[in-house]
Amino acid sequence: MSATASLAAPRPAFDAARVRRDFPILEQRVNGRPLVYLDSAASGQRPLPVLRAVERYETHCHANVHRGVHALSQAATEAFEGARERVRRFINAASVREIVFVRGTTEAINLVAQSFGRPRLAPGEEILITALEHHANIVPWQMVCEQTGATLKVAPIDRRGELVLDRFLELLSPRTRVVAVAQVSNALGTVLPVKQITDAAHARGAVVLIDGAQAIPHSRIDVRELGCDFYAFSGHKLYGPTGIGVLYGREELLAAMPPWQGGGDMIRTVSFEKTTYNDLPWKFEAGTPNISGAVGLAAAMDYVKDLGLAAIAGHEQRLLELATAGLARIAGIRIIGTAVRKASVLSFTMEGCHPHDLGTILDAEGVAIRTGHHCAMPVMTFFDIPATARASFGCYNTEEDVEALLAALAKAREVFG
Amino acid sequence: MDLKELYRDVILDHNKRPRNFGTLVPSDAHAEGHNPLCGDQLTVWLRMKDGAIEDIRFEGKGCAISTASASLMTEAVKGKDRTAVMALYGRIHALLTQQDAVPDASLGKLAALSGVREFPARVKCASLCWHTLGAALERGAATVTTE
Repeated sequence: MSATASLAAPRPAFDAARVRRDFPILEQRVNGRPLVYLDSAASGQRPLPVLRAVERYETHCHANVHRGVHALSQAATEAFEGARERVRRFINAASVREIVFVRGTTEAINLVAQSFGRPRLAPGEEILITALEHHANIVPWQMVCEQTGATLKVAPIDRRGELVLDRFLELLSPRTRVVAVAQVSNALGTVLPVKQITDAAHARGAVVLIDGAQAIPHSRIDVRELGCDFYAFSGHKLYGPTGIGVLYGREELLAAMPPWQGGGDMIRTVSFEKTTYNDLPWKFEAGTPNISGAVGLAAAMDYVKDLGLAAIAGHEQRLLELATAGLARIAGIRIIGTAVRKASVLSFTMEGCHPHDLGTILDAEGVAIRTGHHCAMPVMTFFDIPATARASFGCYNTEEDVEALLAALAKAREVFG
Repeated sequence: MDLKELYRDVILDHNKRPRNFGTLVPSDAHAEGHNPLCGDQLTVWLRMKDGAIEDIRFEGKGCAISTASASLMTEAVKGKDRTAVMALYGRIHALLTQQDAVPDASLGKLAALSGVREFPARVKCASLCWHTLGAALERGAATVTTE
């Protein structure tokens, strides 16, 4: 019945101009020009419902969680644990015991590397990542390799910035204990076939961690459908606050893992002879957590659900296509990352104009993009470039933003001849 | 913010056609500089005579400000000893960072860098070559960083 209804009433076009009005920060002028924010892959902006949820929590509910019997402590605990339930629903985890609040993707990956990897890995065993990973999905594994004698293996990418799946599958061996891959490349925008990767890794008995930092704002994530063992993401890429993120872990694995940090909240009983640990997920949440951050993240999830993740993704895809076509018309532009499936990220260089100069010229025009190596230095090395300029799109970007980007790039071309 | 102040013709020219670009063989000293923020990397080679810079070359990858600054620097320091180089860098540093610094005539083409002070994020780009030259003069061979 719903299918008939949706056929009868064509979905209205995504109204980015209206969405934009939910983000007060975007109303300002920068260097005398209207701000054109094209750096959402670094950090998304926050809509009013998120800001209000945080404000409401801070002005009406704040106290420490899981502590007191007084009214505020109970309100704070309800807000925090309620946020956890909304996160569970958002990624369709089986239980709130599988939702660990962390500072962000980086901390989530470090937690898995140290708590899952370090006690289990042995010399001769392998961790398999890909050549397009963010430093946050490289360095924690290098550290655990140093600690355990395990070996880090890297599956290559091709000139389009796509994972060479055949090589990945070849590198997947009975020695592979952990597979850790990004779902979307932050530097190139490449979407990886994470379901296929997960199935192949499981067939070899490896555990799979997906770095979802760049995927979470652009696609509906269902961790049970993906079948992954761990899924990590940050709140601030999803229009939520900074300093809050989520580690999803399958309960069976989390239950068998030792605590990562010790302190308050993660214990059940403490004596100098023996300490017993709390249940999941609190076993992994030592110390007072980022309560308002969790509240803001849950509000952000509600916000994107209301807009519709598919509608957001469709809108961003149109902007990406428009910008890609526009860049092709500017002399000397080389797009870095031309995978068939991309999400919202457009990395490029301009001949004769260093990305850092591009960033300055665009900023003078009010256009905010990221320039640099995007915490993916091996990707830069692969393409033999020191850096790229990167425009990335969010739910609030409009076709006018793309036009402003193209006009500013034409200006840069003018300055640098 | 005036882009023309930053990207003056002298800067754009030295970016496009950097002077004294390449390696120096044999050399008496060299140093490598690195700006992790933007990935700028450059190496400065020196040949010394009687305590003064007889010849200088630089090589590297960087933005227009970093490349032009290095190119202009190599033209300005030939024949100078370490004390004179450091004195010159002191004046350049003031020019890059102080709003009221007025370039004096002795700076010559280096005065073109004064536009950088409107762009604080770019001061490191312009000063990397000077730190690297300082390291080459002082330590013979070493890696310096602006971080």
